[in-house]
Amino acid sequence: MLDFSIIVDYWDMYMQGFGHTVKASLLALLGSLLIGIVIAVFRIAPVRPLNWFGAAYVEFIRNIPLILVVFVFFFGFPALGVRLDSFTAGTLGLTVYTAAFIAEVIRAGILSVPKGQMEAARSSGLTYLQTMRYIILPQAIKIVIPPLGNQFINLVKNSSILGVIAGLDLMYFGDLISSETFVTFDVYIFVAMFYLVLTVPLSLGVGFLERRLARSR
Amino acid sequence: MDFIGAYSPIHLKFLFEGFLVTLEVAFISIVLSFAIGIVIGVLRYARIPVVAQVLTVGVETIRNLPLLLIIFFTYFALPEVGLKLDKLYAAILALVIFESAMLSEIVRSGLNSIEKGQIEAARASGLTYIQTMWHVILPQALRRMVPPIVSQFIALLKDTSLAVVIALPELMNHAQIINGRNVNYVIPIFLLVALMYFTVNYSLSLISKRLENK
Repeated sequence: MLDFSIIVDYWDMYMQGFGHTVKASLLALLGSLLIGIVIAVFRIAPVRPLNWFGAAYVEFIRNIPLILVVFVFFFGFPALGVRLDSFTAGTLGLTVYTAAFIAEVIRAGILSVPKGQMEAARSSGLTYLQTMRYIILPQAIKIVIPPLGNQFINLVKNSSILGVIAGLDLMYFGDLISSETFVTFDVYIFVAMFYLVLTVPLSLGVGFLERRLARSR
Repeated sequence: MDFIGAYSPIHLKFLFEGFLVTLEVAFISIVLSFAIGIVIGVLRYARIPVVAQVLTVGVETIRNLPLLLIIFFTYFALPEVGLKLDKLYAAILALVIFESAMLSEIVRSGLNSIEKGQIEAARASGLTYIQTMWHVILPQALRRMVPPIVSQFIALLKDTSLAVVIALPELMNHAQIINGRNVNYVIPIFLLVALMYFTVNYSLSLISKRLENK
């Protein structure tokens, strides 16, 4: 049977870790949305060098492990003379990594709007930017939200990588609590529960949106 | 930065050995996960009462947890309940638990993509349910599953690096050992390691893309 006194006695530590996991996930989501949108626009803009840059970013980052990206910020930057604390390094690593996936989601969303719409809007006198703003993006957003939700779930799970570099998140505090209590099994089951509190509602929400989108088509 | 020192033959050999462990662990894990994933996927597809519900809860729980947590669990927590595994087996077990859940979803959606009329037609022509699954549904579904399974294998190859936390002697672990010798090796080694992962994974993704277009 699980020893629930651990979760009571160490509630503050669990909450600190939980708070940092949420904070890292939200910051990285915001950052990777910004970078992801820019990269997606680079990939579809009618400028060749931008296309190449966007494709190179996405393909390179998507094909290397997250932990490597985080290690570059945590161990690589100090080698270049830039020292980052573990939370910052971890969050930056998560941001750069997730941006590649978000860029692909957004690009796919924009491309899913039929080409004729762009042509029709342009020929009715709207500029490229106006067409994007009023015609393409509003339709793309609806399609993009469920896969973005999935990326956010992955991001929450991936934020556990902070634990590897002592980034104050749930995994880190789990490690700390288990070294204080000499209990590992129960401590990590509770850590798992805290992750599920975040990810399960998100998954259910994404599932709901996916079904609703499928019906509206 | 010391590229020449970092790329000494001994280091290159050491990284290569680490990469072999990465590939080996990933390969063993994907094969086992695929086998388990098929069983779970088919059982859920067939909607066997109770079994399907229990599996659904299990799969959703695993999919909503960080893999890193599962690796910690199989290596540090299981010994507490009497199951002591060495690094290699703990890593493989964790990856198989996580990836079976992922692959079972791929199997299930592959099965769901086959039109229901095919089952009805096969059953009406006298095949049993098992025969229908084995000869009609699975062969078609498996072909559709290949591209997402390749993508999942790429994810698995990357995720194997998480076993660095239990000091499994794979590529990231060996990279960190070399980095520990001299700060000037860090950037060159990370560059090379990134290139190694990239080369293999990008090639796999090109294969997957080609299969998808067929």
